[in-house]
Amino acid sequence: MYQYDSFDAAIVQTRVEQFRDQVARRLSGELSEEQFRPLRLMNGFYLQLHAYMLRVAVPYGTLSSTQLRALAHIARKYDKGYGHFTTRQNIQYNWIRLEDGPDILADLAAVEMHAIQTSGNCIRNITTDQFAGAVAGEVVDPRIWSEVLRQWSTFHPEFSFLPRKFKIAVTATEQDRAAVQWHDIGIEILKNAAGEIGFKVLAGGGMGRTPIIAKVVREWLPAEHFLSYIEAIMRVYNRYGRRDNIYKARIKILVHEIGIEKFREEVEAEWQQVLPTHIDVPAAEVARIAAYFTPPAFETIVPPVAAHEAALKADPAFAHWVARNVVAHKVPGYAIATISLKPVGGIPGDASADQMDAIADLADQYSFGDVRVTHEQNLVLPHVRLADLHAVWRKLVEIEVATPNAGLVSDIIACPGLDYCTLANARSIPIAQDIANRFADLERQRDIGELKIKISGCINACGHHHAGHIGILGVDRKGVENYQISLGGSGAEDASLGELIGPGFNDAGVVDAVEKLIEKYRAIRQEGERFLDTYRRVGAQPFKEAVYG
Amino acid sequence: MARVEIKRKSAEEATAAGEIVSGGITLRFRDDADHDWRHVEGDADLPDGGAVVVPLARLAETLDLNRFAAVGVRLAPADDARALAPYLTRLALVEIGFLTFRDGRGYSAARILRDDLKFSGEIRAVGQVLADQLFFMVRCGFDALELDPSVREETALRELERFQLVYQKAADARAPVWAVRGG
Ligand code: SF4
Repeated sequence: MYQYDSFDAAIVQTRVEQFRDQVARRLSGELSEEQFRPLRLMNGFYLQLHAYMLRVAVPYGTLSSTQLRALAHIARKYDKGYGHFTTRQNIQYNWIRLEDGPDILADLAAVEMHAIQTSGNCIRNITTDQFAGAVAGEVVDPRIWSEVLRQWSTFHPEFSFLPRKFKIAVTATEQDRAAVQWHDIGIEILKNAAGEIGFKVLAGGGMGRTPIIAKVVREWLPAEHFLSYIEAIMRVYNRYGRRDNIYKARIKILVHEIGIEKFREEVEAEWQQVLPTHIDVPAAEVARIAAYFTPPAFETIVPPVAAHEAALKADPAFAHWVARNVVAHKVPGYAIATISLKPVGGIPGDASADQMDAIADLADQYSFGDVRVTHEQNLVLPHVRLADLHAVWRKLVEIEVATPNAGLVSDIIACPGLDYCTLANARSIPIAQDIANRFADLERQRDIGELKIKISGCINACGHHHAGHIGILGVDRKGVENYQISLGGSGAEDASLGELIGPGFNDAGVVDAVEKLIEKYRAIRQEGERFLDTYRRVGAQPFKEAVYG
Repeated sequence: MARVEIKRKSAEEATAAGEIVSGGITLRFRDDADHDWRHVEGDADLPDGGAVVVPLARLAETLDLNRFAAVGVRLAPADDARALAPYLTRLALVEIGFLTFRDGRGYSAARILRDDLKFSGEIRAVGQVLADQLFFMVRCGFDALELDPSVREETALRELERFQLVYQKAADARAPVWAVRGG
């Protein structure tokens, strides 16, 4: 993985000192709260209902074991002993004192981490495939170009006061695990017939109250123009994005209002202006970064691995976990293991400091010290030998993160909702817990198969409900929490926007309704169909009847 | 960086906390002499001579009069910097206004003037110009900063000097770390 050189280290260190200075100026009154607010946001400090929340960046979801231990340390020392992994592959701490902020950032800097631009109207953490560098079929490791973007976007002088927050995601496989079509900018890394790397560039996707799937700005962008083209998009957005209405300020509204053709024209024209300024990084720098992502020293293993096969036979619980949470690695004899942070009845995405430490140890012992954060709020050990899987699993069972539910009905994405968030209309976490409890029977979950439930506590859609096979949106109806259900959304390569099925439900009613929808699917599904496939085949009507009678 | 010239307009201004510090400071990083600019707002009459700063809408008319020692223009956040292209050789100053520090359009305007249009005259940030924006502004091509009265001089100078390294190319002469790394 990427390692800081003295330059990266100096920049992050300087940032810590700068923030210390900013906090001191705020406390002395030199800065007003209004002036201080964007400064603390761009350092990850967000004021929630009960305390400050600190959001720490995990660039493109890759963590070293050392970094994960540092996150555990912060949870213990400055929070209540746990952290919350987010849909941006970051981690949040919900009980932070602002006065501790500079010290926390210093602790992070010591392990090459920071909270830079994890909030505020700037370019946010770059996200990518959590299986990067481990899964087969990658054009290149998408983290190389994600790191190019991370450096370029860090303290960008022109784009630190954008109309609104800005999210970029990168993918390098046909399967899209990074939801690129739901991003302000989505990058698909491609290879042309000549074997050259290039990019398909999408823009204008996003959730919130106006969900829009991104459109293609350019089918093929040669690698050497990567940053200048992105910069052209950013400049068009910075200049013309709406600033009069916070709800219309995202780039998706600009693209929607002027149309993709006009937007593309503007970008291409701007690009011609930006090109001669040579902002693109040279190939040598890309190669320097790429060297950090060369694969670890995998052993040559010829499957089948007898010990693994034997464990699968002897231990059905292990076999269930493997079937659900383990996917094929590009190297024979290795596997990618998803660590579920969705225990039935738990808080989606939460991990305790002890769990983080234990997972860091597992990573050291069995996964080249490499851990990933997924946008579905789970963790991943990307490079585990098949022969070691059983030992890994036993440890995961011991620390209670071995629920075999990856991609199943209880692997729910939920935003913080009314339990933490000042903007919330309704609770999200308790709804996720109730649904998981209703389907606690894992046999039943397995029978239902892949089903992505996503819950947001308000129209801002941090829980990605628009992209849920079943999406749940909490609204306020005359002071009472009410939950609307939409069906048919997807955040994958077949991205689609879920459609509202009808009037909402109260908190108990929504769980019943979800169960009815799922039972309907079980009754009418055809061989091999996921919930989403059945919905796409038959449409909303049978499901509406199941729920509303 | 050229010589830094510091001008103080008024002796005392209130900060956010109501504390009294010196205010109305302009930092100017240019070797040429500053003018005694007169600002003409809206439809107000133009003076008979001297140095004037006018809104974009009155720029052509002002230049046509040919009677000023120097002409500057004030760009509002929504104004298109590229509209200045035909006039740049006759302009000594472009003022870019920040009605609120949260509106970042002025940064793009400055870069367009410097990078695309190769404007070498003064680009001055006016309005809500706060300490933590100054480095970004200088990187985007501003070479004069009219500080918000709440900003302390020492804070401004400290923030301008804080970062010795940058990750990306912009309108200033700083080399990004990828160029420094390359040796
Ligand atoms: S969706 Fe709404 S309630 Fe949930 S975290 Fe976002 S803003 Fe808060």
